[in-house]
Amino acid sequence: MKKDRFLAWLDGEEDLYEGNVEVKPQEEYEVPQEVLMERMRENKRLRERVNDVEHNREYKFFKHLYRILAVDFGILLILLLLLAVSFLPPVGHAANPDNNEVSARYIEKGLQETGAVNIVTGMILDYRAFDTLGESHVLFVAAVTVFVLLRAGKGKQEENDRIYEPKNDTILQKAAFVLVPMIMIFGIYVILNGHLSPGGGFSGGAIIGSGLILYLNAFGFAKTERFFTEKTYKRVCLFSLAFYCLAKSYSFYTGANDIHSAIPLGTPGAILSSGLILPLNICVGLVVACTMYAFYALFRKGGF
Amino acid sequence: MLEWIRFVAGTVFLAIGILIFFVQLAGVFRYKYVLNRMHAAAMGDTLGISFSMAGLMIFSGFNFTTLKMALVILFLWCASPVSAHLVARLETTTCGNLSDFCEVQEDKETDKEGEKA
Repeated sequence: MKKDRFLAWLDGEEDLYEGNVEVKPQEEYEVPQEVLMERMRENKRLRERVNDVEHNREYKFFKHLYRILAVDFGILLILLLLLAVSFLPPVGHAANPDNNEVSARYIEKGLQETGAVNIVTGMILDYRAFDTLGESHVLFVAAVTVFVLLRAGKGKQEENDRIYEPKNDTILQKAAFVLVPMIMIFGIYVILNGHLSPGGGFSGGAIIGSGLILYLNAFGFAKTERFFTEKTYKRVCLFSLAFYCLAKSYSFYTGANDIHSAIPLGTPGAILSSGLILPLNICVGLVVACTMYAFYALFRKGGF
Repeated sequence: MLEWIRFVAGTVFLAIGILIFFVQLAGVFRYKYVLNRMHAAAMGDTLGISFSMAGLMIFSGFNFTTLKMALVILFLWCASPVSAHLVARLETTTCGNLSDFCEVQEDKETDKEGEKA
């Protein structure tokens, strides 16, 4: 049975790089022993000649000059920064430039317009949702770039330089056994409570991602690959970002055309409130968690 | 009166915590070998932070923040020794001349693991 083309593209069954982009690994070449020795000798000679303080007057001069200038520059920088600090407006003063109509509006009307008790979340996921969308995409694009650069060939053996890494460490496994569920629950709590208490998608996603990394360190790739593979990463990221785009497009459309949005804001303070902020927080959290785990796996193994 | 007792107790706890941090810093810079330095560093991460947190808990009184700080202590007590153990294990497995720095117990069974020291 032929698979859906979209799903096939999403799962990466067809390697776009093979044949289309030149990705040739560098060929190994042997350096003759004599050349190596000659290089070492030359290096040594060069170092001796440069560091010869007794005879090399220039080097001596610059060594002193460097020290004096370094101290001078440090003092100058400290003085400049202290001077700049002395010109800063005092904290909490009413006439400070940050007390303008923008922040006043956020504080006064934020709860009423976004429905989020946590004004910061209301700001980043409602007033400035477009910016947050860009940030999530930056994470995704960075992970994809690393994936293109670092991916190892399929079926390649484990790299040899990881043989010293602690594996099947009983103490780490016991600690992870206790800690990972708590970290996961805390991350989910931070994401789901993003509109009620400090936190939100980015911080909660980072917590869940670090929990995943701890689990991976304790139990190895064989265990994590049962629920998190490249396929999972691609699907989760694609659907989260697409849902974010669509939901926010709807809300921008209704907002720009003065149409009443069909999404209720709910009672402020309830867990199911503040309209789109909760689902958007979940989307952002998923993207952040998956990207953190993907970065770790890519840098460690070149794939996951 | 109670306020005063609380203030003094909290200050004492915080001072002990900061003292332990200073001892930790001195140890990290004083010793040259990884395992010695790590011993000093791990001590501050567990004992120093718990004393400081206990002082802050006394200042904060009996409320939800205190519970959170207790959880922070619990988490650090779980996480910090484990990470120190991992560093130590990596050092003992990779260091070629470990017997120069400390007594190495020869054991045929766990020779590969190198978890002594």
